[in-house]
Amino acid sequence: MSLYTGIFKRDLHIAFKQKAELVQPLMFLLMVVTLFPLGVSPAPETLQRIGPGVIWIAAILSSLLAMERLFRDDFNDGALEQYMLSGMALPAISAVKVAVHWLVSFVPLLVLSPLLAMFLNLTYDMYIALMLTLLLGSPLLSLVGAIAVGLTVGLQKGGVLLALLLIPVFIPLLIFATSAVDSAALQLPYQSQLAIIAAMLLLAAALAPFAIAYSLRVSQN
Amino acid sequence: MWKWLHPYAKTERAYQLCITLQPWFWAGALLCLTVGTVWGLAFAPQDYQQGDSFRIIYIHVPSAILSMGTYVAMAIAALVGMVWQWRTAYMSMIAMAPIGAVMTFIALFTGAAWGKPMWGAWWVWDARLTSELILLFLYMGVIALYGAFEDKQQAGKAAGVMALVGVVNIPIIHYSVEWWNTLHQGATISKFDNPSIAPEMLWPLLINLLGFALFIGAVTTVRLRNEIVLRELHRPWVQALAKQHVEGKR
Amino acid sequence: MQFESFSDFINMGGYAFYVWLSFGVTFLVMGIIAIQSYLKQSSLLKAVIVEQERKARIKKARKENTHAQ
Repeated sequence: MSLYTGIFKRDLHIAFKQKAELVQPLMFLLMVVTLFPLGVSPAPETLQRIGPGVIWIAAILSSLLAMERLFRDDFNDGALEQYMLSGMALPAISAVKVAVHWLVSFVPLLVLSPLLAMFLNLTYDMYIALMLTLLLGSPLLSLVGAIAVGLTVGLQKGGVLLALLLIPVFIPLLIFATSAVDSAALQLPYQSQLAIIAAMLLLAAALAPFAIAYSLRVSQN
Repeated sequence: MWKWLHPYAKTERAYQLCITLQPWFWAGALLCLTVGTVWGLAFAPQDYQQGDSFRIIYIHVPSAILSMGTYVAMAIAALVGMVWQWRTAYMSMIAMAPIGAVMTFIALFTGAAWGKPMWGAWWVWDARLTSELILLFLYMGVIALYGAFEDKQQAGKAAGVMALVGVVNIPIIHYSVEWWNTLHQGATISKFDNPSIAPEMLWPLLINLLGFALFIGAVTTVRLRNEIVLRELHRPWVQALAKQHVEGKR
Repeated sequence: MQFESFSDFINMGGYAFYVWLSFGVTFLVMGIIAIQSYLKQSSLLKAVIVEQERKARIKKARKENTHAQ
């Protein structure tokens, strides 16, 4: 158990050393959200109408940017190979790394979200729904995303390819998350949407670590 | 039970199988597509509401069904490759991908060409078309991932993982897009979902379905042969084959 | 036969453009991928021969080299 705690601590430590890498996806998210009032219309009703979709799409895009970091540093300094040769369970290692990645990406998002909600004129109910969908949905992004990241570690042209692979897979999450926030706007219940997202999350939590381990074995030969 | 399949793990046997099947696939495809298309265009009755534009269904529905069928076949090939470590399984998977993508494109194009006279717009975000578009993205992703790796063994395994991730997601995507569509379109019933189809219309549809399926089979055998030659360049039997081919031309 | 005359058939009840566009593009695209697959087959097999001949030349050159020495 202490081995995995060790990996957890190490990843956390490395993440905090590279503060720029943590902040940049957030800056990206903020800027992309800002583009919409500028490019579409600053009218409050319009922003409220498109707000949930805008925030979720921007969250998906910025998460795709940040995801490459998941295995890249370990690949570059040889630690990844060491993990794979060590005899520790690779699915467990993957799960720990994804957990750190999620914590490090999500908590700042949590802090930033009231600002985004304010920019897009979301009501308080919508904001609560947004937070719940982000809470359940962002680990799903990290878990499923890590499968594709595992496959493309070491490829030079990784970045856009990663987006091409993952965007279709994230579409159901986008649909249910934005629907939940839209329902909240109309004072309607949205437990069913949250339940579906939670179900997808549980499925991913159960299966993704094994898929990630397999992907790493494929890309690292 | 599956022992008869085992020889096809070898590329040479798989190649021979392709050569055997190819003429049958082409003959069958040509026959079925001709009969089905002529029947559908000239002999089947026109639709009560949509008139003769309804005849597009004889392409749209088979291509849509087969675009999904081919993806599932790709995923099965990937699974076989993963579990039994057959290279020929991965090669079949990548041989099928482009033709599956073409089928998806046909479904989208004919959907748009059908939609224009029906709904007045070339493109509507209805559930079926949106799902087909996402399916096209999934195909492109698998093809792109395969192309990104130099080592084709690795490429096959990586693309196989994405094909499996995709196939698990297809029902989820279909369900969610359908549900999303009802949210945003209200009570309009998609014209693509015909509740009852007259038998005179059903037969040409099924014949075309078979025809397209055989066509996919035919093109897949050609592409699988290509993939095998590409990967087994240095084997003597490939060298002999190439000699034969070039001498046949001279 | 559902149509009175051949020109009626071509006209497709007014929907000529859409029907023929659909059928036309479909068979065109199918033709393209079939032809491309066969062209690729031809070029691959030719490439195998070229590689074979290249190897034979190199072998021959090596033999002559060792004989000369």
